[in-house]
Amino acid sequence: MEDIKNIIESLLLVTEEPLTIDRIKNILIEPGRKEIQTALTELSAEYEARKGGFLLREVAGGYQICTRPEYREWIKRLLQPKPLRLSKAALETLAIIAYKQPTIRSDIEHIRGVNCGGILRMLFERKLIRILGRKEIPGRPIIYATTKQFLETFDLKDLKDLPTPEEIATLGDASLENLE
Amino acid sequence: MQEDIYKVQIDDIFEGPMDLLVHLIKKHEVDIYDIPIALITKQYLEYIEWMKIMNIDIAGDFIVMASTLTKVKSRMLLPSHDEDDEDPRLELVKPIEEYLLMKSAAEKLATRILLGEDTFVRNPRPENHLMDHEGEIIKVGLFELIDAFQKILENISPHDRVDITADRISVRDKIAQIVDIFETRGSTTFNELFPENAEQSEVIVTFLAILEMVRLSLVRILQNTRTGIIRLFYL
Repeated sequence: MEDIKNIIESLLLVTEEPLTIDRIKNILIEPGRKEIQTALTELSAEYEARKGGFLLREVAGGYQICTRPEYREWIKRLLQPKPLRLSKAALETLAIIAYKQPTIRSDIEHIRGVNCGGILRMLFERKLIRILGRKEIPGRPIIYATTKQFLETFDLKDLKDLPTPEEIATLGDASLENLE
Repeated sequence: MQEDIYKVQIDDIFEGPMDLLVHLIKKHEVDIYDIPIALITKQYLEYIEWMKIMNIDIAGDFIVMASTLTKVKSRMLLPSHDEDDEDPRLELVKPIEEYLLMKSAAEKLATRILLGEDTFVRNPRPENHLMDHEGEIIKVGLFELIDAFQKILENISPHDRVDITADRISVRDKIAQIVDIFETRGSTTFNELFPENAEQSEVIVTFLAILEMVRLSLVRILQNTRTGIIRLFYL
């Protein structure tokens, strides 16, 4: 398949969510994973060389064409999106779930020292967290974990892409001084 | 006779007891591994007392933390017989450490290239652009606001501190007044909202009105990190 790169590019153009290599392979059938991977790497390099309005990012286990952050202000003028911003409290709750998952509400509240019910509902509605099931302990509390949408939103390849606790700890010392 | 007591809900938007603890530790520049427990406990209780006076709805969580602090403080007073006895403050240090770690993790998340904020994809799903009404960003913490407010109260001359309750203004009226200011100017500093000759009751109502406006996503509050000036913006 000579035009594999073009085919993949056309798929990336119309897809709504990050395309995984497996998904591409199921569509193209013939080429192997390695060939697809090479084509994706080449596409990404081409976009980087061109430095145009978009780039190819590896996110949430797949690949996705997205706009370059430097043009955010122009796109906002076009789309006029409402800010996605999460409050500090919501971000903290999300961070705890991301690092401690699978986790239950009482563990989250133990760390934050405050009730999180409303925030959990909001994060769930925003599809940033999901429910994995119920823990078989008294009260059968709901088990929470993060979603693909979470990875996409925060530009993460997978959960291992999160900074390690050691990496945060070095930042953490500074953060006691920088707390707003 | 008496108007309904105006309660301000602070959970979900403002910070919890852990943040108050961290705020105090930071304010007094103390080492989290060597917390002057008597001082911090005293100050913590003063903030709670103060929030109660303001009718800020204090979640039970604040009381739980207060009792933990008091417990640790009393255990510190007891003579230790055993060399191996743990420092009672460890009970506080571990959660604070963990909390700070998660706080840093949250800060790190916020600085990433965010979908729907920094980068965009085709056919964006609606949830990428959903507004979090309850989570309008507040760049200044509740306890910084309280500090700023306490300074204003200190500046009221004792003469004016006499509580004249005859002509009391309600929080709702105050919100309307502040909105009028915003409609002509768009933004204002925190201090400008408190005239120098204001009575204490009016000052308190103004403060409650500001908290309520934040809760209703009517204003955004930012603090200049260099000058410390707190400014309010109409949304």
